[in-house]
Amino acid sequence: MAIEVKNIVKKFGAFAALDDVDLKVANGELLALLGPSGSGKTTLLRIIAGLDWPDTGEVSFDGENALAHGASERHVGFVFQHYALFRHMTVFENVAFGLRVQPRAVRKDEAAIRARVKELLDLVQLDWLSNRYPSQLSGGQRQRIALARALALDPAILILDDALSSVDAATEEGILKELRGARSGRTCFIVAHRLSAVRDADFILVLHEGRVAEQGTHEALVAHGGIYAKIHCQQQLEAEIEGNAA
Amino acid sequence: MTVSTSQSTLSSARDDLRTEPKVIRFVIIAIAVIFLTVFVVLPLVVVFVQAFSKGIFAYFSALSDPEALSAIKLTLMVAAISVGLNLVFGVVAAWAIAKFDFRGKTFLISLIDLPFSVSPVISGLVFVLLFGAQGYWGPWLQAHNVHVLFAVPGIVLATVFVTFPFVARALIPLMQEQGTQEEEAAISLGASGLQTFFRVTLPNIKWGVLYGVLLCNARAMGEFGAVSVVSGHIRGETNTMPLLVEILYNEYQFVAAFAIASLLAMLALITLVAKTVLERHLDEGQIPSGD
Repeated sequence: MAIEVKNIVKKFGAFAALDDVDLKVANGELLALLGPSGSGKTTLLRIIAGLDWPDTGEVSFDGENALAHGASERHVGFVFQHYALFRHMTVFENVAFGLRVQPRAVRKDEAAIRARVKELLDLVQLDWLSNRYPSQLSGGQRQRIALARALALDPAILILDDALSSVDAATEEGILKELRGARSGRTCFIVAHRLSAVRDADFILVLHEGRVAEQGTHEALVAHGGIYAKIHCQQQLEAEIEGNAA
Repeated sequence: MTVSTSQSTLSSARDDLRTEPKVIRFVIIAIAVIFLTVFVVLPLVVVFVQAFSKGIFAYFSALSDPEALSAIKLTLMVAAISVGLNLVFGVVAAWAIAKFDFRGKTFLISLIDLPFSVSPVISGLVFVLLFGAQGYWGPWLQAHNVHVLFAVPGIVLATVFVTFPFVARALIPLMQEQGTQEEEAAISLGASGLQTFFRVTLPNIKWGVLYGVLLCNARAMGEFGAVSVVSGHIRGETNTMPLLVEILYNEYQFVAAFAIASLLAMLALITLVAKTVLERHLDEGQIPSGD
């Protein structure tokens, strides 16, 4: 699904979380968002998903006004920063939730729901955890379950809000690999801190104090020599130091 | 019961107290035990001793007296109505306060606490001023032959007022701590508002709800001051159990008075046990699943 965001302004009191932000993503593209905390990444993604509303501006999905619909009608798969798994439900029921709350007319029967959940748990390789509760899982496992849950309804848009920063680099690599498998034509948004996670993006957006500071592909941004290039340099150095230490 | 727990906690913490001389330790424990015995255990024992002082037969005949039965029935009915109303009100108020930001939120929170900070007798008087013959709505009610004061509706109103903070108070901190993340996840997965409430919010707060209902019920059944003002003490009609205890006691019917009182004391004991069990569940439920 193609997404267009125009002139979005969102204020919390006197603080402008987003100040005239535009973005355009073509169907099936992967867009990465970067920026320090408080730069408006989460607010922007929440507005796209319908969990927050802009003060002014437009959001359209395939040319249709998305702001006319609430979050439950936008069919956006959202992986939250702190997972937001349902603590009183098993892993299986967490993943099945979206399928179970569908209107009766389109709801699948129990066997089909079970088959779909199994398929999703296989995708994230956590089928063996289906009877556990979220509190019994590691951070990486919770993250994958949250991803599987968001994919249950086969959404055309998938958002990962800082979903990878709380897991280690190796787990992140694994999840990214699964994500590549799961993308299949979906338009994706990803917020990350490690550049390894955003390097492959079709488009990278660097936010600073609620405004778009830089945008482009990885190569273009490194060549540009701005904020992104600086972070790139820094992380390469860190990687080298870690490599030397090991 | 209380005594033995306080002793065991103290003995398990003995290592930390090793710096204190034995004498001081002994004195502190003794003070606690004596205090609890005199002020909690002894009165409780006296209630039951007095109730059974003329034998089991007298005890049960006092409880099966028509006046006693009518008081028990009225108390149960009033408690059922007020707990039901306050359950709905408490969940709605806690939901609004914990999950939304709006103007006047702090004011609403203090308003919910109002019944705790006002003497129950004053609460009762407020209803007399509103519904009494000389009150604001009294003449209109009289003209339309509606009986609020000195009748069951007045007792229910006073009880609802006195007990309305319990459920909301139990839920607000719980719901604030849990935040809105899971609700947002549910909505973005296509759940409607009602589905979100019944499948996500309610299961997460169920122990808190039970806790609030339990305390609310204990207070509703035991309330004396506010109910006494609005009841009119009509025998066999508007006397709740606490009111009947007072009347019987004033008429020197000690066995009957303490027999009814023993029922209220048992309610208190059951409430205490249930409260302990629920608190354990609440502690377990509060381990955050986030980190």
